[in-house]
Amino acid sequence: MTQEIAKTPLDSMHRQAGARMVPFAGFDMPLSYTSIVAEHQACRVKAALFDVSHMGRLRFDGEGSEALLDRLLTRKVSGMPIGAVRYSLICNEQGGVLDDVLVSHLETPSQQRYHLMVVNASNRMKIRNWIEPFLAEFPRVTFSDRTEITAMIAVQGPLAIDVCKRIFHFDPARLKYYHAVITDQFSKPVVLSRTGYTGEDGFELICRAEEAPRIWENLMLVGRDDGFMPAGLGARDTLRLEAGMPLYGHELTESIDPLTAGLRFACSMEDGREFVGSDALNLLATNPTAKTRVGLLPDSRRPAREGYLVFNSLGEEVGYVTSGSQSPTLDRPIAMAYVRREDVGKRDLEIDIRGTRVPAELVKIPFYRRK
Amino acid sequence: MTRDQSQLLYASTHEWADIEEAEGAKIATVGVSSFAIEQLNDLVYMDLPEVGRVVNAGDELGEVESVKAVSPLYSPVSGEVIEVHSELPDQLEKLNSDPYEFGWIVKIRISDDAYLNELLNFEDYQRQCAESA
Repeated sequence: MTQEIAKTPLDSMHRQAGARMVPFAGFDMPLSYTSIVAEHQACRVKAALFDVSHMGRLRFDGEGSEALLDRLLTRKVSGMPIGAVRYSLICNEQGGVLDDVLVSHLETPSQQRYHLMVVNASNRMKIRNWIEPFLAEFPRVTFSDRTEITAMIAVQGPLAIDVCKRIFHFDPARLKYYHAVITDQFSKPVVLSRTGYTGEDGFELICRAEEAPRIWENLMLVGRDDGFMPAGLGARDTLRLEAGMPLYGHELTESIDPLTAGLRFACSMEDGREFVGSDALNLLATNPTAKTRVGLLPDSRRPAREGYLVFNSLGEEVGYVTSGSQSPTLDRPIAMAYVRREDVGKRDLEIDIRGTRVPAELVKIPFYRRK
Repeated sequence: MTRDQSQLLYASTHEWADIEEAEGAKIATVGVSSFAIEQLNDLVYMDLPEVGRVVNAGDELGEVESVKAVSPLYSPVSGEVIEVHSELPDQLEKLNSDPYEFGWIVKIRISDDAYLNELLNFEDYQRQCAESA
């Protein structure tokens, strides 16, 4: 069966801008408009606009939503104040990661409260199917997939908030980091959230699909003189890698648990809280896996790539690279890897880069932290 | 003087070859087309073959690596590598600005020119690029 490739509501904007389009998670997405490095640097120094409409947007309305999400997510959702956003994992019973998500607790102008969960594009159908059987226990919860009727735009960079406040009715500078609000733009509701996936300050907004081109144009227009650039998936990946953020399918899979991935902060395991995977995670907390997520700096001009193996000074295979690239900010190759805990304190690690063993310094992530 | 793109031969894998006769042999100067370099975007590394390596048309000559990906570099001709542009890996940015002159990668003494018929002329190569864009 060939699957129809979907287009985001901003598709024509990308084509007009001359973007190189690639299929990603069932969507035709911009990989880059000009150069990955230029777009990356625009985001670090000025600001960049990303179409992230491919991400899944799942909504939970009605009584029992909090209880349902408390079952599904590693992070406690009940008690989240209106306007709060939390990073969480969804695990299976074995503690393997099914997805990493952002959950927001929102209130509409008509004081209707709901929870919004943003999931990875590649996992949207899997998560929908995962949630389905739980719904029977929560008959008053209305679960809806809003992905296709909405669009999502990320504006990221040191100038993002200051420049864009000129066009919003709600000043995004009033939003604290990891907080969200429903405001309006052109008299239509927009979810504005001070979150992102680049390591920079900025915001993400969700609007109705048909409003997206107008909002995108306005954001580009207001930011043009300040050096805003549209940026594609290429820069999004190098930015998140520098920021040490895991990417599903690379650092996170169903055979990795949150503790191994260094995401203990996203698991509310206190007070014997129970959720899907909590038994497995409690066991792992006292009896962890043998590996952990680290950063590596290969002493090489060649980037280490996903799947390249890591060795210790005895020549033992002790890990593998999950993501690797040239870092535009550091102007050198960087990589994330899973490495045996017992080898973490050691020097003299090496990565096999296409047949050549290259020394690699083990470092703490992130590789880049904004000032 | 810069090479006339319309006079070069092209592999469907985006390498160009400039064929000249010298001392009774055919010598191919080989590079990568501007179309491919633009597609690769942000080059960070290039791995070149040794002088003396014998290759068949379609064999891997080396690799070019961009921020995002590793791409093989294929030989458009069969023969022996007689010269390698060793300054190129340190000046990859020039591959963008000058792919047909400074951007030459290797010179190969052709051992079997039957395969030359398989290479595309400029018009056919341009058509291939247009179709894939």
